Amino acid sequence: MKEFLFGVTVMPRREVLDTQGRAVEETLQREGEPVVSCRVGRFIELKVKAENDASALTMANKISESLLANTLIETFEVRRG
Amino acid sequence: MAKAKVGVVRFPGTNCDRDVFEAVGLSGAEPIWLWHEDLFDSAQFSALILPGGFSYGDYLRSGALAARAVAMKSVREAAVRGTPILGICNGFQILCEARLLPGALVRNTGRRFIDSWVDLKKVGSRTVFGGSLPSGSGIRIPIAHADGRFVIDDSGLNELRDRDQIWLEYQANPNGSIAAIAGVTNENGNVAGLMPHPERAFHEWMGGTDGRRLLEIWS
Repeated sequence: MKEFLFGVTVMPRREVLDTQGRAVEETLQREGEPVVSCRVGRFIELKVKAENDASALTMANKISESLLANTLIETFEVRRG
Repeated sequence: MAKAKVGVVRFPGTNCDRDVFEAVGLSGAEPIWLWHEDLFDSAQFSALILPGGFSYGDYLRSGALAARAVAMKSVREAAVRGTPILGICNGFQILCEARLLPGALVRNTGRRFIDSWVDLKKVGSRTVFGGSLPSGSGIRIPIAHADGRFVIDDSGLNELRDRDQIWLEYQANPNGSIAAIAGVTNENGNVAGLMPHPERAFHEWMGGTDGRRLLEIWS
């Protein structure tokens, strides 16, 4: 079994108001920064044990869908670390 | 006659457990503690309640980690069995994260933690909790939450309406919940969740007693 590193980005769905992003956006705009919009998500580093790269990727996706993101309100993207 | 046994499930960070325990006792049932790390025999309980709080410090998402606790396997069994299950506040968030209830609860539109009394209207009649109240009844109990905005997509909302799963609505929407939803049930009606705290409205000195009308189902 080898270890495989992944980076999982979780973002709020566009149709769900991102209150955190909105707060950061308003703060930056108040400071005079030329910010049009800002959205805040989460980055998760995940190391899994697997036989090979393909099964590791499948596992990382499964974990992301079942726990790291709530797909009703968030989207996620898994990238090899 | 033996009293109905009602399981009160505690997770690390649950903080309304004692209040719920007392409220269940005052409602004519025998409250029994259940611990998040332990499985339990779901057949032994007339009902289960998941109290409010901040389980696992709201890490990842409110209720997300508690939804994967060992005890939730037994809660799931009870749900299938048809046992009445009630999630209050964080308990509601946990049941949504466990997919035992539809939708999700996210940060209030106004971003603030809101602690205040709210007026609710009973809409659906699928759950035994508050079952004796006619639809349209007004109920006044407190809310105390930051992540109370109920969200669901359009098709999900239509399903809730078609199946009479919307249980409680806010008279004045405090948190931006879609369709002012304060509480929902599952399709079978045995699992219910609400953001307001009925256990905090059990005595006149608390500011009101309407919480009893939702929980007094064993007296």
